[in-house]
Amino acid sequence: MQGQIIFYAGFAVAVWLFLIGLYGIVSSRHLVHLCLSLTVVQASTYVLLAVVGYRPGLPAPIFVTMPATSSAVDPVIQALMLTDVVVEATVIALLLSITVRVHRRTASADPNEVDLMRG
Amino acid sequence: MSRIWRATVFVTGAAGIAVLFGLVCGTLPGPLAVRNRYAEAINSRVYAQRNVTDAVSAVNFDYRGFDTVGEEFILFVSVLGSISLLRMTSEKTDGLLRDAAEPSRDVPASDAIRLWILIMIAPKVLFGIYIVTHGQLTPGGGFQGGVILATAALMLYLGESFAVFRKVVSRPAVEIAEAVGAGGFLLLGMIAWFWGKPFLTNVLPLGKTHELTSGGTMPLISLATGLEVTAGFVLLLFAFLEETLTVRGEE
Amino acid sequence: MAPLPVVIPLIVAAVLAGVGSHLPRRVLDLTALITSAGVVAISVLLANASVHHVIVYWFGNWQPTAHSHFPIGICFMIDPIGAGLAAFTSVLVFAAFTFSWSYFESAKALYHILMLVFLAAMCGLCLSGDLFNMFVWFELMTAAGVALCGYKSEEGHSMQGALNFAVLNTVGAFLSLSGVALVYAFTGSLNLVEVGVTLAQHRLSSEFLCVAFLFILSGFLVKAAVFPFHFWLADAHAVAPTPVCVIFSGVMVELGVYAAARIYWVVFSQASAPSAAAVRTLFLIVGSCTAVLGALFCFGQRHFKRLLAFSTISHVGVMTLGFAVLDPAGLAGTTLYLIGHGLVKAALFIGAGIVLHRCGSVDEFDLRGRCRALAPIGAMVVLGAIGLAGLPPFATSFGEKTIEMAAHHAHQGWIAAVLIIAEIFTGAAVLRFAARVFVGWGKGRELPLHGAPHIHTDRETTGQHSRVPVFMWVPMLALLGGACVISIPSTVRSGIGRQLQRFETPAIYQDSVLLARSTEPQYPEPETAPLDFGLENAGVLVGMILLAGLALAAGSDEFRAEDPAARTWLGIQTIFRRLQSGRVGDYVAWFTIGIAVYGAILVLLR
Repeated sequence: MQGQIIFYAGFAVAVWLFLIGLYGIVSSRHLVHLCLSLTVVQASTYVLLAVVGYRPGLPAPIFVTMPATSSAVDPVIQALMLTDVVVEATVIALLLSITVRVHRRTASADPNEVDLMRG
Repeated sequence: MSRIWRATVFVTGAAGIAVLFGLVCGTLPGPLAVRNRYAEAINSRVYAQRNVTDAVSAVNFDYRGFDTVGEEFILFVSVLGSISLLRMTSEKTDGLLRDAAEPSRDVPASDAIRLWILIMIAPKVLFGIYIVTHGQLTPGGGFQGGVILATAALMLYLGESFAVFRKVVSRPAVEIAEAVGAGGFLLLGMIAWFWGKPFLTNVLPLGKTHELTSGGTMPLISLATGLEVTAGFVLLLFAFLEETLTVRGEE
Repeated sequence: MAPLPVVIPLIVAAVLAGVGSHLPRRVLDLTALITSAGVVAISVLLANASVHHVIVYWFGNWQPTAHSHFPIGICFMIDPIGAGLAAFTSVLVFAAFTFSWSYFESAKALYHILMLVFLAAMCGLCLSGDLFNMFVWFELMTAAGVALCGYKSEEGHSMQGALNFAVLNTVGAFLSLSGVALVYAFTGSLNLVEVGVTLAQHRLSSEFLCVAFLFILSGFLVKAAVFPFHFWLADAHAVAPTPVCVIFSGVMVELGVYAAARIYWVVFSQASAPSAAAVRTLFLIVGSCTAVLGALFCFGQRHFKRLLAFSTISHVGVMTLGFAVLDPAGLAGTTLYLIGHGLVKAALFIGAGIVLHRCGSVDEFDLRGRCRALAPIGAMVVLGAIGLAGLPPFATSFGEKTIEMAAHHAHQGWIAAVLIIAEIFTGAAVLRFAARVFVGWGKGRELPLHGAPHIHTDRETTGQHSRVPVFMWVPMLALLGGACVISIPSTVRSGIGRQLQRFETPAIYQDSVLLARSTEPQYPEPETAPLDFGLENAGVLVGMILLAGLALAAGSDEFRAEDPAARTWLGIQTIFRRLQSGRVGDYVAWFTIGIAVYGAILVLLR
């Protein structure tokens, strides 16, 4: 029961983060704000993965002090999250580089003013 | 689109996506016996099969090591991509704007800050190395430790200046370190291939559980990843700082 | 040998990152050429070895044990379709490297490294048999693609193209990852086959299957640039360096369709068999919208690279229609079409690169009559237009006809009309460009292109602009030749047909992956064109020439803006131009509504 509550609560948070992050991107007036909104969207995937891998009452899958055969939360999900974190860091690095160049070129970081290619 | 139109389109779409997410709630989470299969398979075998105690690192560097190859190269290519995006040829800097809002480094950091930061660097390096090398035993590994190590270099810039940063950290060396880290992972995977086993097979002796050398190729892969992550993030610092300084004409 | 198409380019890229800045340019070029040629050879060998049974390669030697059958590792699931696509990818990368032999500077070997990593990522996506692993290669493609797209970082709008590319693809990837997490939350597995088996066993609610399917596919649909996720593609193509455009249009976009088809057939086809009709309807709608709108907008462009980008969007719609038939013959048509289109489009982009090299522009009006000296290149561009129009002897023709026949058998004969519209408009657009630029026909400003954006593109080459280097026109000729001859042997066509029958039989992959057993049921011999398409071909050819001629003549006095047809055309184009605003916020808004509408279609029709 407790597991169910945590699952659905986490699920709701993930959906909320996903949509509010998208809203941030859509309404953004500054490229740095846009990058951070993208990290909010990404945070939704962290939350979703975390609740999917969570097992109520079970410890982390580190078998230093506990018996080697005991159950633990899902280590696969944690590995996926690690990949997800790296993906985020790198995509943000690329986007920030783009931001710096856009700012240098146009003296603006407003994505709505960067429209050299309409039509 | 005008702001109103854009907002209308977005809100409609977002409501739809929320409904779509809502539709799956009835089915999830699946029966524990089904959805726990992968977790159970790893957790129950990792200790006996690989002599390591951190199941997450075992998944990262062994069971699903091939994902980590891709992951490491996402980092690799993003670092080089950022360098490529930020690079500039000297004759093309003229048209670029100088940014008045850039943080000025004219006022030197106070001695207290400099001293504290310099004191912090050594423990940071030690801690980073500890995290990189203990990945198979406790939470950590090449990715986490690498980021900590890279922040040690960042401290140099914060406490001193880019000039000092550049004097202490040799850029060609960092570039080679990045290449060695990225290539090293692949070569570790290829050891097994030359042996006639599939790529990334853990062919080295598995060592004794709870020891640094346990896990066969895992600690080595972790080291390679740590090297690549450290070097990658330091190169990113180089790229961003150099871009700023070139435009400000401080070369 | 199975991991080599991914591992070799990555190792070479790592080595070049270490020592590349000390190597002379020619050594870099040769290394890259040899590497991509090697990947071609290995992929062809893999395709050949997997003709009779699927090769399953378990990384880290983690094949399922005999008693549990549960996959705990990652596998490559290699069949001639995936391996063939990997080979095709590396052929195009080879052509791109050849073309860039006399091309722009490569700062610290960055260009070569990024291209090689890009190649490895695409090969990984083609061969992978694991959901999360596919996501990883997808992200690697995005990262390398964005960096390559913004390679000409001195130009302001190249950053805009790269930004739109990065944001749209990343948002799509996150929704894909959410879909993977949802599926994992039920099945506890990431292996394509195991997930498919588990979903089928548990008789899941069809809502869940629809939503999970759509979410997982969303990233790939963004990459495939189907309507309304296509906006970023045109912006990215307009700014990317020419050899990068060759890869983007020739194969990267199409891999989105491949991944969608792979995931549908292996993971979802058995579990969601009751709602196959919904999936078919969805992709028929998606494909038709993409094909028609892409073609109409293609015709309204004056920037040649952008024009070709919209033509790619249109042709991706055609490929989606082939998949939408949900029948081996349809997908066989898509495969043939993919190969033919990729080769022709790559050749046309190289043609654009040559024009840019010689004349310093790719704008149709700026160039009017300025390329008369480039008659042989012009002739090849015209051949490319014929290829885009799906006329013989190009492979696009065979592909398109196969799709039409499959549609006919599935009682969706109207698809033929969509295909013909796409072909006439994209072919006519390229023909019009060729006639104006290489011959000098037409006026300077014309009604059909009223309001088309003029995007400045700098020369990408240094040195001699007075001649066309052999490394530019030879690959163009070779690609066009390849597009002609590849599908002529009927064994190639029937072989592809047979392989697609296997592609759409999940049971074969289940046996190979989970039980390490190769079963190969006997397939009926696939049908080969019984219908006569002579009339259709003639119609398309005439339509294309008429349309191009009409556009060239439209500047003269007979055609005025008061003409109802002209007004309609201008109205459509104005709406399109408003939508293609270049603003990433708009594009993300379209992404959300697109997902919502497609989800609604799937859920309501399930």
